[in-house]
Amino acid sequence: MSLTVTMIAQAIMFFVFIFLCAKFIWPWLMKQIEARQKTIADGLAAAERGRQDLEQASKQTAQMLAQTRQQAQEIIGQADRRAAQLLEEAKVMARTEGERLVAGAKAEIQQEVSRAKEALRTQVAALAVAGAEQILKREVDAKAHAEMLRGVQSQL
Amino acid sequence: MFMAAAELTPSSYIGHHLTNRTIALGEDPFWTLNLDTVATAAALGVIGFGFLWWVVRGATPGVPGKRQAFVELLVVFVDDQVKGIFHGNRAFVTPLALTVGVWVLLMNAMDFIPVDLAAWFTTHILRQHEWKPVPTSDVNTTFALALSVWGLMIFYNLKIKGIGGWSHELFCTPFGSNVLLWPFNLLFNLVEYISKPLSHSLRLYGNMYAGEIIFLLLWMWAATGWIGSLFAIPLGLAWAIFHILIVGLQAYIFMMLTIVYVAMAHEQH
Repeated sequence: MSLTVTMIAQAIMFFVFIFLCAKFIWPWLMKQIEARQKTIADGLAAAERGRQDLEQASKQTAQMLAQTRQQAQEIIGQADRRAAQLLEEAKVMARTEGERLVAGAKAEIQQEVSRAKEALRTQVAALAVAGAEQILKREVDAKAHAEMLRGVQSQL
Repeated sequence: MFMAAAELTPSSYIGHHLTNRTIALGEDPFWTLNLDTVATAAALGVIGFGFLWWVVRGATPGVPGKRQAFVELLVVFVDDQVKGIFHGNRAFVTPLALTVGVWVLLMNAMDFIPVDLAAWFTTHILRQHEWKPVPTSDVNTTFALALSVWGLMIFYNLKIKGIGGWSHELFCTPFGSNVLLWPFNLLFNLVEYISKPLSHSLRLYGNMYAGEIIFLLLWMWAATGWIGSLFAIPLGLAWAIFHILIVGLQAYIFMMLTIVYVAMAHEQH
């Protein structure tokens, strides 16, 4: 029960254990714990970066989508305009073609008319000659009177 | 034990269990070494810190195993206690607190071993008579720890504040720096510095010693016969359960006071 050299022995032992603890247990464990803390912190930072990247990417995607939609709209608008233009051109072309056809038809008719007139003229001349033959009661020599007949013909 | 009770008187039974196994290293009574205290404390220290060292040796910074997690929990618990009280470089203070906490806890925990079982082991296996198994119920152990902490306290007072700063603190706190108050301040501080190691060591010693005596009284009662056993066994169980709290609590208090004393030595006024 009295204080003896035991106390000194215990105190020495105490300091030995403190030394061992401070030298071999505490710093090593702390090193591991700090390394793990760093790993976890890095992981969290990486996750945060990933989240930001994702956010940025989705923002970019939305932007690109909007741009694309606008482009598509433009293309559609252009196509519409082109179609309208083509239609207009086609109309104009059709009209000119029609007019050309009408003009052609008119010219043909004109030609037909003049040809018919020509024929009529010939026939009238023949009729006139026949009439004259009847009147003169003699046969007109077509060859002899060809000159005269052509003169009558041109006067018709 | 029932057989032994026939040839033992109550006082010899208690005396037998509370007497240290001693070796005389010199003529003077001071040179008596309590072999049981020193050997048990050393063995517990080697086991406890050896275990910690073994686990820390194989520790990984990755996902810890259950054993490593347990040790980390323990060390971080102690470190948190230190962090709450002591604001400075913890490279020495936390290992100090860890040493105190683990060692005192293990030494206190020797109380859980039934006294007569421990006595049988020391008598028949170690062939040592009168072996006291609980080092903290030896006043030498508690004084050794408390005075070591006290010495560290003085060392840090001198290191951090210097002789001038510490003297100023001794003379001028807590009442004030008036010259008339100097004697009162010094007296107050002297009482504090004397009472610190005394209360620090005697609290632990008293608790552990009293705990052992109560166990011994209960087992003595059990030795009187079947009726005594009928009462002593449930009471012994109850006291053992309560003792789990005391063992842990006293180790915790001892550790916390160690931290507080060292932290106070670091605080400038």
